[in-house]
Amino acid sequence: MTLYLVRRLVTMLLTLLALSVVVFVVIQLPPGDFITSYIARLSGSGETIDQAVIDTLRERYQMDAPILAQYWAWLKGMLHGEFGYSFEMKLPVAQIFSERIGISLAVELLAVVVMWAVAIPIGIYSAVRQYSIGDYFATVIGFFGLAVPNFLFALVLMYICYVWFGVTITGLFSPEYMNAKWSLDRFLDFVQHVWAPVLVIATAGTAQLVRVLRANLLDELNKPYVLTARAKGLEKRKVIMRYPVRVAMNPLVSTIGWVLPTVISSSFVTAIVLNLPTLSPILLRALLSQDMYLAGALILFMGVLTMIGTLISDLLLAWIDPRIRLGMVGAN
Amino acid sequence: MSTSPEQPVLQVRKLSVDFPHKDGAFHAIESLNFDLLPGKTTCFVGESGSGKSVTARAIMNIVDPAIITQGSVTIIDRESQNSLELTSLDTDSEEIRAVRGARIAMIFQEPMSSLSPVHTIGQQIVEAILLHQDVNETEARKRAIEALKAVHIHSPERAVDRYPFEYSGGMRQRAMIAMAIACEPDILIADEPTTALDVTTQAEILLLIRELQRKRGMSVMFITHDMGVVAEIADDVAVMLNGRIVEHGPVDQIFHAPKHPYTRKLIDASLGLEQAAARPVPPRPDKPLIQIDDIRLQFGGHKSWFSKTVYGAVVALESVSLSLWPGEILGIVGESGSGKTSLGRVLMGRYKPVSGSAIYTDRQGRERDLTQAASFRDKQVYREIRMIFQDPYSSLNPRMTVEQIIAEPLRINGLASGNELRERVANLLERVGLSASMMERYPHAFSGGQRQRIGIARAIALEPRVIIADESTSALDGSVRAQILDLLLDLRDELGLSIIFIAHDIGVVRYLCDRVAVMHRGRVVETGLAHQVCDAPVDSYTQRLISAVPRPDPRQRGLRSA
Repeated sequence: MTLYLVRRLVTMLLTLLALSVVVFVVIQLPPGDFITSYIARLSGSGETIDQAVIDTLRERYQMDAPILAQYWAWLKGMLHGEFGYSFEMKLPVAQIFSERIGISLAVELLAVVVMWAVAIPIGIYSAVRQYSIGDYFATVIGFFGLAVPNFLFALVLMYICYVWFGVTITGLFSPEYMNAKWSLDRFLDFVQHVWAPVLVIATAGTAQLVRVLRANLLDELNKPYVLTARAKGLEKRKVIMRYPVRVAMNPLVSTIGWVLPTVISSSFVTAIVLNLPTLSPILLRALLSQDMYLAGALILFMGVLTMIGTLISDLLLAWIDPRIRLGMVGAN
Repeated sequence: MSTSPEQPVLQVRKLSVDFPHKDGAFHAIESLNFDLLPGKTTCFVGESGSGKSVTARAIMNIVDPAIITQGSVTIIDRESQNSLELTSLDTDSEEIRAVRGARIAMIFQEPMSSLSPVHTIGQQIVEAILLHQDVNETEARKRAIEALKAVHIHSPERAVDRYPFEYSGGMRQRAMIAMAIACEPDILIADEPTTALDVTTQAEILLLIRELQRKRGMSVMFITHDMGVVAEIADDVAVMLNGRIVEHGPVDQIFHAPKHPYTRKLIDASLGLEQAAARPVPPRPDKPLIQIDDIRLQFGGHKSWFSKTVYGAVVALESVSLSLWPGEILGIVGESGSGKTSLGRVLMGRYKPVSGSAIYTDRQGRERDLTQAASFRDKQVYREIRMIFQDPYSSLNPRMTVEQIIAEPLRINGLASGNELRERVANLLERVGLSASMMERYPHAFSGGQRQRIGIARAIALEPRVIIADESTSALDGSVRAQILDLLLDLRDELGLSIIFIAHDIGVVRYLCDRVAVMHRGRVVETGLAHQVCDAPVDSYTQRLISAVPRPDPRQRGLRSA
């Protein structure tokens, strides 16, 4: 097992290095750099900028150095925990991160927990009572949840809450707690706000999980080992939970790998519509304004999250399925 | 024993099961009456779809989505004579669950899929023990190990923590049996428990069941379609046809004085293979079609960094030499794992052997070495050597019509198109005994035998010279199997084919093949004319293999308790 982990970690490091090259190239791809788009924006709004300032900026960020040197400078900074400076937001990248990462994680993880908590019982019910009224109901609601875009749902929810209940559901905090320190009151305020984005983000995911679990479980329910377990004298409920459900969970567990990176990448539009102080709108802004350090750090961070997520889901899969565990290279 | 041996432990009266359907119901079994006696084995025979398995499930009262429409299943306690009627109980009630596994236990055909893949053997046996016996987990584990010991599993203390996929087929079936007998049931229902096993393993499992039955006085209900197995183990036989028992009686009477024409048909079909006359030896041209020389094949293992030696490899084939002559049917027999399928795959270029050669002489008289990838590059070999597979269900794409399936090889090779293609497909279908009007249908609309015919039509579409048939009839029932074998014989004569027939069923090989090669642990241990090898084997392994085949005559029982 240790050997397996070491192997995986080494592979992860190498992958990360390769990813950093790709990220860097992608950031360099569009014509111009941050300075040129910065100047363009300023002159667009009628301001002028002193050539001396531009030159200082160019020099400080080595904009005119060869590509390799720029890459090296960037990477070296990363290794020292120096993520650079966001021109766009005029803040160190690290500070933007630390302000938003906790909230991002909280919202996404809550959404995932809700997704699983809702999807698993419904999925099991749908499969065990296939073609019952409840199954049809879940199917219809599920397709509805899949088909309605998240941002539209968010807009409708905002409208309903405002017009019918007089509540605004944008943001995650009331204005008075926006910049306050964490306290019990701030936490309660957070809880009062967080349900809306969690609900919006979780609907589509829930619908998808229900469909996947239902399909998997339907396959497993007819397997002979289910009959064996019933022939042992086990209660039908227990048979289903202990045997086919356990096997049908495998594909769900492998989706955990994709959950972590969604902390940054998912629900752009939802986050913008609901004005959430999470990382995903920042990524969008950074990309649009060629804010190299911020975008690069975010994308690289996403890569790290994907890899960690995949590792976690692989380990979980190995834990719940002996066929995978015993087949893993270097596991024994 | 306190009770007289003739007192039944299970009485089934007027039992009927229906599968509800949009238009009416399908009667799976109708009005069955039979008794199971302690210490006796009752065999249920019949072809697939005759209702044998449904009967077994109805006794356990697990038939959903079907329903038991009428009749009774009464289990009688051997000590107290208390009886309990099962069909009227709720299918998930406590009373019925106390019977399942404890008083009636069941084992199934596919030991792999009948055991949970994600739990250890021990966990699954312990679960059954904890359900019915008032013991703690440590004690249950001890009993599970004892049960594994009782079914002769090697070092049960370690085997108990293994997963089913770490067991061989025979061991899995033993583990299934261990689980079934762990709670000492009065009745053991065995649903085709040896059908998926090769003959030697089958013989071991049959012996094991008999040993346990004698030791514990169990009543065994044994479902099978193999008349040889019936003759070997049955005390009583019930012959089922279309959901009814058409004949029921002591085994000797069923085999030697059958009353119902269907019983006679079943016995004749099994004897037909058994008593086929020796085939005339085809004239041998001067050059074999395929000459296999000294092939060695190995799997896995890792190469050392410093030398070419390979460590930890599994040797699949070891110095195999064989020849296939034009126009002959060559049988390759052996247990599972003997390397017969690997040999077939070497000839199709799927596996590359470490050493040796397989020279094939193509239509133009050029010699090609099938162990070299270059020989397959112009696809001519693929046109001339075709395969028929074992499982007629999974070897046909369910989303293609029969026409598309059969036309595919013709289309890929650009041999026909449009109306001409359709016509050729129609001809092929008729040639294998199907109707051309079936072209539009999808594979699921066909029975197993018909599907295998479709597979054969696909194989002969390119007018091949060699067909490799890998266990092509082992998934089929007796009479259907005989038809497919006759079809292969006809096609051989009509098209001048050579066939390599890979099988574990000695009876089939004896009937179909001209020559036989017997394989054991990757080596060819004996080759010769089919009748010589089957009737007078020389090699000791072949002798063991042949003697393990159950004869369809209860007066010639061959199984000896070891």
